[in-house]
Parts: sequence; C-alpha cells; structure tokens
Amino acid sequence: MNESSGCFVFKPSSKKRKRTVGIDEYFVDGNDDCGNGRERFNICQKLWEKIKMDTEILQDELNEKILESLLDFIKKCTLSFQSRTDDWASRMRASEIPTAALVLGVNVPDHDMTFQSLSDLLKNSVTPFSVSVQAKECTALKNLMQRVLERLMGVGVSVEEDEEDSGIHLPQKRVSCSISVLCQWYKTVTKVGRRTLKLSHCKNGFLQSPPIVVIFKDFEAFNPRVLQDFILICNRYIHELPLIFVFGIATSPSTVQHILPHSVSSLLCIELFQSLSCTQHLATVIDKLILTSQFPFKLTGKVLQVLVSIFLYHDFSVRNFVKGLQLALLEHFHSQPLSVLCCKKQEARHNAQKLSHKDVEMVRQLPSFMRYVETQEPQEQVQLLTSDDHVKEVCQMLLKGLRKYHKNYYPILRCLHSLTASLPKYPLGKQIRELHISCLEKNVWETNEYESAMQLLRLLAKDELVAALRKCADILKPGKTKKMKSALQQLEDYIIRFEQLDETLSGEEITSPGKDLQKKTDLFQLQKTLLEMKGSRRTKKMSPFEILRNETLDFIDGLVRSHLTPPELQPLNEVCYYSSSGVLRRHLNATPRTSIQTALSHPFYFLQNENLKTDAGTVSSAAPDICIVYKLHLECGRLINLYDWLEAYATVVSAAEGKDPDAEDYGKVDELKHARFIQSVSELEFLGFVKSTKQKTDHVARLTWGGC
Amino acid sequence: MELRTTNICMKNFKSRLPDVTFYSRESEAACGPRGSVVGFSGSVSEKMLSGLHYPGCPEARLRSLREKLPCREVQAGTLLAIMGEPEQYCYPSIFIYGHRATGKSHVILTLLKELELPHAAVSCVECVSAGLLFEQTLLALFGADSAALLPRLPSLSDFVRVYRQVCAQQPAKQTRYIVLERAELLRDMEANLLPGLLRLQELVDDNVAVILLSEIVWDKFRPNTGCFEPLLLHFPDYTKAELLQILSLDSNPSYTPELYSSYINILLGVFYSVCRDLRELRHLAALNFSKFCEPLEKGEAKEGNTHKLWRNIEPHLKRAMQTVYLREVSSVQWGQQQMDEKEATALRGLSALAHVELPYYSKFLLIAAYLASYNPARTDRRFFVKHHGKMKKTSFLKKHEKTSNHLLGPKPFPLDRLLAIFYSVVDSRVAPTASVFSQISSLVTLQLLTQVGHDDQLDTPKYKCAVSLDFILAISRTVSFDIVRYLYDFI
Repeated sequence: MNESSGCFVFKPSSKKRKRTVGIDEYFVDGNDDCGNGRERFNICQKLWEKIKMDTEILQDELNEKILESLLDFIKKCTLSFQSRTDDWASRMRASEIPTAALVLGVNVPDHDMTFQSLSDLLKNSVTPFSVSVQAKECTALKNLMQRVLERLMGVGVSVEEDEEDSGIHLPQKRVSCSISVLCQWYKTVTKVGRRTLKLSHCKNGFLQSPPIVVIFKDFEAFNPRVLQDFILICNRYIHELPLIFVFGIATSPSTVQHILPHSVSSLLCIELFQSLSCTQHLATVIDKLILTSQFPFKLTGKVLQVLVSIFLYHDFSVRNFVKGLQLALLEHFHSQPLSVLCCKKQEARHNAQKLSHKDVEMVRQLPSFMRYVETQEPQEQVQLLTSDDHVKEVCQMLLKGLRKYHKNYYPILRCLHSLTASLPKYPLGKQIRELHISCLEKNVWETNEYESAMQLLRLLAKDELVAALRKCADILKPGKTKKMKSALQQLEDYIIRFEQLDETLSGEEITSPGKDLQKKTDLFQLQKTLLEMKGSRRTKKMSPFEILRNETLDFIDGLVRSHLTPPELQPLNEVCYYSSSGVLRRHLNATPRTSIQTALSHPFYFLQNENLKTDAGTVSSAAPDICIVYKLHLECGRLINLYDWLEAYATVVSAAEGKDPDAEDYGKVDELKHARFIQSVSELEFLGFVKSTKQKTDHVARLTWGGC
Repeated sequence: MELRTTNICMKNFKSRLPDVTFYSRESEAACGPRGSVVGFSGSVSEKMLSGLHYPGCPEARLRSLREKLPCREVQAGTLLAIMGEPEQYCYPSIFIYGHRATGKSHVILTLLKELELPHAAVSCVECVSAGLLFEQTLLALFGADSAALLPRLPSLSDFVRVYRQVCAQQPAKQTRYIVLERAELLRDMEANLLPGLLRLQELVDDNVAVILLSEIVWDKFRPNTGCFEPLLLHFPDYTKAELLQILSLDSNPSYTPELYSSYINILLGVFYSVCRDLRELRHLAALNFSKFCEPLEKGEAKEGNTHKLWRNIEPHLKRAMQTVYLREVSSVQWGQQQMDEKEATALRGLSALAHVELPYYSKFLLIAAYLASYNPARTDRRFFVKHHGKMKKTSFLKKHEKTSNHLLGPKPFPLDRLLAIFYSVVDSRVAPTASVFSQISSLVTLQLLTQVGHDDQLDTPKYKCAVSLDFILAISRTVSFDIVRYLYDFI
C-alpha cells in the first residue's frame, strides 16, 4: 500500500473502547481534570427541561386562538352534518366538503408542533377520527388513500402493487383501498359506538357521529393531480361520511386556487384561518426566554445576533431558534468549567463552596475577575490572590451582584424600549431585541442613536409622555429589588406632578410677545423688537412643564446609565454568558462547500499530517490523490483534456515517489497511476466539481467557476 | 373547444338510428374497426326520437321516466333505442360525452335503475388500480362471491376469465351494462385496458355492453394501435331556456312556482354569461334565494312587483359572482353574511391575502431567480458588471429576443447563474452556507420556483421562477430593491 492512498484509510484504532456512553459522560470526558462535569450536566439538563417546557407552553398559548377557532369551525361543521335536514335550501345546495385553509407561514419546521397540538385537541374534544398526511408519503393517489385508510382504521391496507410480501401470502382478509371500504367501516364503528358506548360518548363530549378530519400538512408540496382526484372521490361520499379537510398552507391562500381548478375547488367550502406571523412568535419567545432574569444562562450580544440573523435571513423558524439556544446552552456548560456556578441562588452558593483549587485558579484567570481585583485595595488584592476561601466568599458575593444586576437590567430595558418604541424612525430599534443587543455590546448612552432618541423624547407632548411613563410604571411594578421600588416611587411622583401641573397652569396667563408688535410701524423699531424677541426666545424661560419634562428624562437617563451597563463589565459574567458566536455559527450555519474546498486545497487542515504542511496556495505532492487532481483541475479552463490532466498528475506523483528526475520512466503513466487517477477523477465528479461532457471527446467540464 | 367539432358526428348518428335497434353481434364483423358510425343507414322520424320507447315496459313508467329526465328526452330515447330489447345483444360499447353537468350519468343511471336492468356503475376516479375496477364491476354484476375469485393484482385476462366463469353459472337473460364514469382516466391505466373493455362483449362472450362517460371527445382516447370504435353519443349543453325549465322545477315549497321561475330568470340573466354548469347554478340559486325573498318577508314588496325584487337582488348577485362563485368566500360565510347584513368588505377573500412573508435571503434568491428567468443570459453583463461599457438595447440582441420576455414566460436557468446573480444583488457578503442552498429547495417545495428536467442534484439542476411580476415587485419593495431597473423588458 502506498502512502498516498494510506491517507484515506483510517483503521479504528481501538474497537474495544466502543461502549455505550451515557450522555453525561461526554461532559466528564471533555475535561477530565475537572470533577464537576456531572454537576454541570445536571444543571444544564434541568435548565433545558425548564426552557423546553416554557417554550411548549408558550407555543400552546400562541396557538390557542387559532386552534380554538379551528375547533369551533370543525364542531360547527359536524353539527351541520348531523342536522342536515330535508329543508329546501340544504337539499338544493351542492354538497361541499368543509375545508379549513390554515395559513401558517413559510416556517415549515414549526408547523409540526401546531399540527400536533391540533390533532391532540381534536382527539380530546371532537373526534377520534383524525389523520394527518404529508406530501412526501403520498406521491400517488393510492398512497394517499392507503395512508388515510390505514391511519383511520388502524389496519394494514393493501395497495395491490406492493408485491414484496406476496411470497408469504397470509390468508388474512384483504382490505382493498377505496373510500367505500372506509364508509362501511365508519358505519359499523359508529353503530357499535352508539350501542355500547352511549354513556361514555356523552362523557367524552364526542358527538354522535364524529367527523373524519383529514389534515394535509404541507398543501403546496402535494401533487395537484393526487389532491384533485382525492377530493373528487371524497365528494362522492360526502353524504355518507362526514369528511372535513384541513389544508396547511405555507405561502398564501390563493395557492388553493392555483393548485385546484374551479371544478374541484367548487366542491370545497373553504374557510380561512391565519396564524400569528413568525416574527411576532419569535418576539414572544425572546421576551419569555431571553429577556428575563429567571434563567441564569445568558447569551452575549454576538451570539444572540447570530441566532436572530439565522432566523431572519435564513429560515424564519422559531423551532430552530430554540434549538440554537439549546446548542448554546450545551456548549456553554460543556466548555466552561465554571458554569457550575450558573444556577439558582442556593445551588450556586453551595457549588461556590465546593470549588476546588483548580477552579479557583480558573476564577482568578477570568478577565472580568482580574479587572475586579485591580480595582480593590492592595491588601484585598493580596487576599484575593492567595486565599482560596476568600475567593470563594467573594465569588458568592459577586454572583449575588450579578443576579441583582439582571433583576434591574431587564425592567429598565423594557422601560427604555417602551419609551422609545413609538418614536419616529425608531432610533433605538423597533424590536426590543435590537435594543437589548446594543445594550449588551456597549454603553448604550454613548451612542448617537440614544442621543437622538432622548432629543425626540424631550419634544414629546404632555399626554404622550405621561402615557409612556405610566407604561413604564406598569413595567416596574413587579420589580422586587430596592432600586426598582424606589425608581417606581420616583416615577409615580413625576406622574403625579405632571397631573398637578394642569391645575397650576390653568391659572397663569401666557402673554404672547406678538401682541405689541402691531403698534410699531417704524422699520428700525420693528427690527429692534424682532432682534429682542429672537434673543429672548433663545434664553426663553422654560415653562414648568418643560422643566418637569427635562427633570423626568434626566431621571430616566440616570436609570439607564446605572442599570444598562454592558454585562462584560460585571465581574464573573463569564460564568453566565455564552460568548463563542463562531462555534455556534459553524454548527448552525454550516458551509459544506467551503469545508470541501478546504479539505481539498489544504489537506493538512483535516489530516493533521506534518508532511502535508505547505505554503498557502500550493499542495504538497505527497497529498492524497484527489487533492492533487483537484489542484491541477483548478488551473484548467472550462473544458479539461483528460490526457493532459493525467500526464500532469503522473509527473507530480512521480516526484512524490522520490524518483530520479532524469530516469527514463520518470513521469511515465503506469497502470497503477492510471487507476489512481481515474478513481480520483470520479471522486471529483461525485463531489460535483466536474462532469462528463459531449462537447468534446476526452474532455470533462468544470462545474465550478472562479480561477485558482 | 374540442367538443364542438363532433356535433356533426352526432347528427349522422341520429339519422341512422333505426338500424341500431336490430343490431346484433353477428353484423359486427362486417362493420370493421371504424364501422360503428358508418354502418347504419336510413332516416328517422322526429316522432320516434321525442318519445321514449322500451319494449316490455309499461307506459306509466316511461312517463315517469320522462319527468325525471327533463330536456333530455332525445338523448334518453336514443339510448333506449340503442339498448334494444332486453334479451337482444346491445352494441358492445357506447361512448357518451358532453360538458360537466349535462346529464350524462343522470340519464344513463336513471334509465338503468328505472328499467331495473342489471348494471354496474363504477367511477374510474375511484379506481386507483385496474384491480379495483374489476372488483367493483364483478361485485355489482354477480355479487360478492365472484369478486373474491379474482387473484391479487388481477390483469384484464384474469377479469375476463373470472367473468366467463361466473357468467357460465349465471347466463345473461338480458343485457348487462357496465357504466364507467370519468372514462378519460382509463387512458392512464394499463395500455390494453381500454381496447379490451371496448371489446368486452366479444371477449367474455356474454350479452354485456360497456358505456363510457367522459367530458372529453373520443378523438383524444383513440390509442395508437387502433381499437374497436364505440358508438358516440353527444350530450349538448343545455340552452338557456332548458336551464330555466330545469331550475324552475326545484321551486321552494313556501313560495309559488311562478315567483321562483322569475327568480331563476334574474339569476340566469346575471350568471349565464359566465357559468352554464347546472349544478353550480342550482347551488347559487339556493344560496341567494333567501335574499331575494327578503322584501317579501318584510312586507316591502308583493310577489307581483318583479321590478322591485329585481332591483333588490341584482347587485347582490353581481357581488356573488365575484366572490362566492369563485370560491373566494365559502358558501357558509356567504350565508352568514346575508343574515348579519354586514358589509361585503368585512369578508376577506382567499386571494386578498396574497402577501407572503419570506426570510431575507429567500427574497433575494427569488428576485435573482426572477431576473434569471426573464432576462436573456447575455444581458447579465450589462446589469451586474460594474464597468460593462455601453450596450444599446437594439444593437446586441438577436431578433427573437426583442419580443417581451414577459409575454414568453419564464425561461429555465442553471443553479450557477442563479447564485451568481444572487451574490451580485444581495448587498452584503453571504457565505455559501448550507441554508442558502436549502432555501432554494424550500422555494421549490413552496412552488415559488419549479425545477426543470432531471432531478439529479449533481448534474447542474435547472429552475424556473414561478411567481408573477406583481408578486416580485411586492417582494422587492420590502427589501427596497428596485427590480424594474434590472429587468431587460423595462429598459
């Protein structure tokens, strides 16, 4: 075996070590020097459970409205099925299948949860007969029928084409897949149900003949022919089967008309249901999961930025956002040994007590802690650098400070947002997350945007300002810390003073300076008065309202300056804040092309073989065949002559074998080299870099653009 | 319309009818494959057509039949004539075509049911496989036992074998009929199915006739290899007068028939120009009748005051044409709206919410796809290279490119071109991440792009942009990208 092909063979060195590893083991294995891996894992697990539960509850709350109206619709339809009397109008009307068009937005990954809760709700309160189908399992009409029948009747339905099991043909009763079978089944089921379960039915709240709900999860992806035929068939049985459809639509409701011709859509009675937009959904999730002091785990601005930009730029999927959050959580607890302190008050105190010497050393090396030490008295500094116990105590204190900081930070952030969110052009961002990110990154009061926001606030009319302040007061009300309470107190005082202003002001008379302007007709005099007026306007005495307004805004500015400092300045922030945005981006937003290109042009990067280390832009001749072939192909144009390529390859490989350049067979193509070359070329073809072409014989076409 | 062309055929056919009644299997051989229409001669009196005749059937039943088949006496008469006497052999296959809701199934099924003839009615749309078709046919003709004789995955020959087997036990006393609705779907099944069914009488050696019903003309059915030609029978559209007559039949019991027929008259005045579908018209009539009766209920108008009633209902019907007829608004919502007396604007139609929210890069991908689809590839230099030099529109284009690309529709483009345009229109640097590529495929599943040709991802895939100009204008407005400046058609 020669060395170049040897690079591709990786023998698993120790098969014995292949054991089933518990998940928590990974935390221990990662840093074997720290004993607290398991604890970190437990904390992480607990936190994640909590976050997961919260998001689920949140999701349910957000979907509640739309699902409720959907359920009402289905119930109403069911009733109309049952009360289908013989009155004139209903006899004359064409029998339409009631259909709910559920517009859910393009964030398809999120839909699963919605459909799950929908079918749970249906099962619980309306009907036991609901099926959901996806486009990818229904490529043909018979697949669709089979899925629907199988899931409803709970038995295997044979589509005649599946010949696989025909060898072991069991004498079971064959159920052919047609709706008429379903009809018979439905009749027997409801009859049996009526006879035996009369009482329990009433208890369950199911109606006498529960409807059959068919949910098409991804309406756009369905083959139009399949859907049309299915609807046509169902329409034939609508008098016997109470069918109801639900279409999950990702784009816009008019796709129904695009996919179904009028002759088919006229068989449906479509009602529209619009769900919450995903951006609103994300805002709620961020509000509940990130902008809260409830969870000790935090994200830095950059990480949050990565997650939000993946959401906004790429997928609009809240589920993926939460997954990203989970990844950040795992990474934080896995990579940061001190994250053992990132937990609830009691636990953190307990864990701080148990810190080992190594951990304490790590604490001392934290940049934020070092900064903290520098600000202390010399004597204290010595204490901090020598006594482990002292550090542990200071840690507890600092953690407490951090918690307090969070408790003050979020209410003030909300206040500032509620004040600025209605300003024209949104100087501090329309969404609170934008304000949050800028607060995380720098001192927000030093930015130009903050300044312009404050200037705009100083121009607010009284009623607007008071309303905004009232909102702030509402936000501050649940605050428990002393500072928040006093802030609330002051704010309320200001509001009262604004109100009292009315009464005092009404008595005063405002004399306008324009009154005595009319008397003077002399030009010089006029100029003089105008100049006077200009000067007086500049130094014009402010009205009591303006004074009070400035005072209030200065107070708010003070609050911002004292509470919205970036967390980086807080000692021990590394314990709670996850900061490596690069890792997150690499994992969540992978770049397969770039990594393939890196692997091919810089094999050292992945193989870590010293022989392969080369300067930028060149490839060692000892590199794997495919890398050499790749490098050579970069130098070619759009069409590559295979023979030239082979010759060049043979030359490079001969050099790698250390042959004498003057020898006769140097650079000659032997069978082995030929085979290796062909293999590498086909590997490149598989990776999508070249393809065979019919334009020229013996040539292949390059599929990538750009030179070397 | 393809149906129009065959009216002549129908005329020929009518004139040759009397012979059909005596038609039996023996003469079939002489007719040859295309002889079904040609083989008849002689003329027929109008009298014979207008009356329904069926041997051995009491006159009273025929009269009730006539009542059940309003405006279709001629066709029913023809059909009865073709069927002949019960024990006689019928013509092996009959092909009935006509638009939707012209009474094809209604006439044939009513005849078969009322005259108690043995028949099997199968809708081909339900038969996902030919086996299901055979099973249902046997089930209806011979009972459940016979269908069980079919093997798994039955072929046409299995069907013929089983049919012969059960037929030997229950020989036909009278003609058996197999009615296949939506027969156009038979073309998509096995190639031998349609020719085989057309000759079924011969194959099973039994007095059986296959009646095919379809909305499509026979010319579109004829297989390449040729087949036995069925008798063609056209059901023409109902005329306005006929529609009026039929719709007036289902008058509301609480009002006089005259009132109802005047209502139908108004309804047809509005809808006849857009819709002649009887079913649909009946549906619309039922939906809007309560509104029509409103002034009567309130006592504002008398039944005789047609003008007032007309003034009341006409705008309402016009609105119905724009909404409920197009299924923009569901009929239930329409009914509710009538009751609540709300404004029409309160109801959102389906197409009112055309706005689609997309992620930022998806929007640019879609814009790039639109540009790639509607700009000639040669003009990319002009739009996306900074110093492209001067290029006049007329000078560098071939003749066929001068016609508007928007009239020609989207053209396919390779993935490379899409990405190249994408990178030059998007304002920031974008890494070629996996999610950019997955967005392309999710745009395909959302049917905003369509993939053209083979689905091999390794071999440069091609796409087309499937959105309208209005849609893309709205999208590019949200990202403040002036797409019109980049479209070749608009410079």
